[in-house]
Amino acid sequence: MRGKLELTNVWKSFGDHQVCRGVDLSVGAGQMVCLIGASGSGKSTLLRCMNLLEPIDEGTIHLDGQDISEPGLDAQPIRTRIGIVFQSYNLFPHMTAAQNVMLAPRRVRGKTPAELAAPVQALFARFGLADRMDHYPDQLSGGQQQRVAIIRALAMSPEIMLFDEITSALDPELVGEVLDVLRQLRHEGMTMVLATHEMSFARELADTVCFLDGGRIIEQGPPEAIFAAPREARTRAFLERVL
Amino acid sequence: MTDAPLRGAAGDTSAAPTRRQAYEARLKRRSNMIAAGSTIAVVLAVVVLVPLAPGWEAVQRSFFNGEVFAATFPGLLNAFMLDVAIFLWCAPAIAILGLLIALCRDVRAPALFPLRMFGALYTDIFRGLPVILVIYLVGFGVPGLGLPRPWNSPYIWGSLALILVYAAYVAEVIRSGIDSIHQSQRSAAASLGLSEADTMRFVVLPQAIRNVAPANMNLFIALQKDVALLSFIGPVEIFRQAGVYKSLMANFTPYVGAALIFLAITIPATRYADYLLHKQRRRQR
Amino acid sequence: MRLLATTAAALCLTATGALAHGDDECAVGKTLEDGVLTIATGNPAFYPWVLNDAPESGEGFEAAVAYAIAAEMGFDADAVTWVRTSFDEAIQPGPKNFDFNIQQYSITPEREQMVDFSLPYYTSAMAVLTTEAVVEAGAEPTLESLRGLLWGADANTTAVPMLTEIVGPERDAMLYGDNVDVTAAMQAGQIDAALFDLPTALYLAAVVVEGGTILGQFPADRSDNPDQFGLLMEEGNPLKECVDHAIEHLTESGRLAEIEAEWLQAATGVPVIQ
Repeated sequence: MRGKLELTNVWKSFGDHQVCRGVDLSVGAGQMVCLIGASGSGKSTLLRCMNLLEPIDEGTIHLDGQDISEPGLDAQPIRTRIGIVFQSYNLFPHMTAAQNVMLAPRRVRGKTPAELAAPVQALFARFGLADRMDHYPDQLSGGQQQRVAIIRALAMSPEIMLFDEITSALDPELVGEVLDVLRQLRHEGMTMVLATHEMSFARELADTVCFLDGGRIIEQGPPEAIFAAPREARTRAFLERVL
Repeated sequence: MTDAPLRGAAGDTSAAPTRRQAYEARLKRRSNMIAAGSTIAVVLAVVVLVPLAPGWEAVQRSFFNGEVFAATFPGLLNAFMLDVAIFLWCAPAIAILGLLIALCRDVRAPALFPLRMFGALYTDIFRGLPVILVIYLVGFGVPGLGLPRPWNSPYIWGSLALILVYAAYVAEVIRSGIDSIHQSQRSAAASLGLSEADTMRFVVLPQAIRNVAPANMNLFIALQKDVALLSFIGPVEIFRQAGVYKSLMANFTPYVGAALIFLAITIPATRYADYLLHKQRRRQR
Repeated sequence: MRLLATTAAALCLTATGALAHGDDECAVGKTLEDGVLTIATGNPAFYPWVLNDAPESGEGFEAAVAYAIAAEMGFDADAVTWVRTSFDEAIQPGPKNFDFNIQQYSITPEREQMVDFSLPYYTSAMAVLTTEAVVEAGAEPTLESLRGLLWGADANTTAVPMLTEIVGPERDAMLYGDNVDVTAAMQAGQIDAALFDLPTALYLAAVVVEGGTILGQFPADRSDNPDQFGLLMEEGNPLKECVDHAIEHLTESGRLAEIEAEWLQAATGVPVIQ
């Protein structure tokens, strides 16, 4: 079976530093894939490659069978189909939460503010932020900012969502509210790829867990297999450190 | 400062100050007294000692002559309106041209490389030349090519010289503002499918321009002063008017009057720029 | 100390005593440097007032006048030294670095409150410098025609108030820092006409401004205060009496008129503006 998003032998280096070294990964529609591994193992870069923020050096990435890694391809329409949320939120500080969310639909999809008012309001309400729409990012807590960032990505109605360690910068008491959002999306059937350090969350919800080390996927499988009976010694060593 | 927050900070609701507060209050009183004392000493020294200088009377007659001041001040104020007018039509043009040049220097498309080179060359040249030189060259030189009236007016070409020079500075300031916006903001915009142009227009530029507003404000204060340089090619603005009075009366007091008028504008503006900068630093912390 | 001073004075007397002029001791002890007369002029000094920017040669009207006055005051040509000053340097308060300053300073009552002037050594008519192109376009030496022109002047000269009082141009005049800038603006077509003293105007029209011409002159007695040039001195300069005496003597003897005839182009043929 071909997945919705299909990575084949993906290589990526920054100068002399090889970050991805032949990654194969298949993400099925409606699936949730968690990438785990130590810092610097290549998880973030892999996500940025999927979203075409970084061009890959070798290999292919297919979205619904289309090769989106072809050099020279216009990345813009592809990016609107694959949303990404960053560890550091990256909200636009000079815009209110609602303006952050509406910018791309207006400029890329050509929607008017009037058309957007109702759906955007609904999005904010869905994630418990109806009363924060007119706040600026610096008036929001970290957890609220990260939820606005998720809403911003969702407002483009992407087919796939990428999450790059989105709870790592949060105070511990704020992690829960963001994970709840992910849980909700999972139940709604969104196709998702996460780079995460939240092992219990991955164990609870992921369809597939991939362990990355040195730019390769060393081991992948259903969470119960990876967490309960890892085959590779390096996976075992990593899990012993973090669990 | 009221002492209510102090009590709160100390976690103590009684009126008695803590040991630390009492110590700090003592320290503050002491430094206030020293500051007041030294200020009074300096002012006294200036007021008492300067008039004792043997040439004071001559200087006073020549620079601080009440009669001359009264006779020339209204004329100076009137001439200053021309400075203000020149400033008002130059400032928007400088802002627009400066922005365009800054954008030229930021284009990434290889086909537009000449534009990028032009931007770099432009800022190098116009920041490297004395303003007065540009005013002479453009103000006398271009009309000398044989332009008919009114297109050879020194107002047009002198203003253009100011615009050219100041746009180079403003462009550099804006560019530094653009550079100061973290790459992650561009990533976030790109990931949403925004084009590069939209990313620049809606995400990068608004933040960049806000960040460099105080620096630009300082440039515009400098512009208000440099408007006086236009007098070298004919327009009788305040500096030239003061020069005429000086020449007719063999007295420098009109220059002091002009200085006062400039300060009345530039000091509040400078204070405001400092306030903006201060506010911005606080926000970034 | 006293001995030294006496010796110096004696030397001075011996040096000047050789000259034939009668009244040549009035300057003794009143100059900046004993036995030396320090004269200032402009930087640069312009034709026809000083030729080739070299006042030491005594060539040019003001250079010749300066040496004639010096001689009257009992100074040999060798005892004259020249310094250069701008207009501003000449009027700033504080000690001066010259005994007197000669660079077409017009005598005005306002200026006299701040500095001292000698008796006038020249009375100038004011003249209108313009270009052939402007004349061809219909400019005429009548006040009515002049009012419609776009005017320029050197901001440091008395041409500025005269322009307002006599001509009263319809549009604001352009003012410049020196002759060179006035002529540059005229060449660039930014001004039609400029007001100068006649000798300067004649020189600029003949040599500096391409296609330059004199449209006409205002008679010297046109305004209440004709434009008269005097030597500028620090206020209260004790030398003033001596200088005035010298000028008086030169005027009476007709020597001043001779110098003028020698160095200043005759102003004949320049139409008088009615």
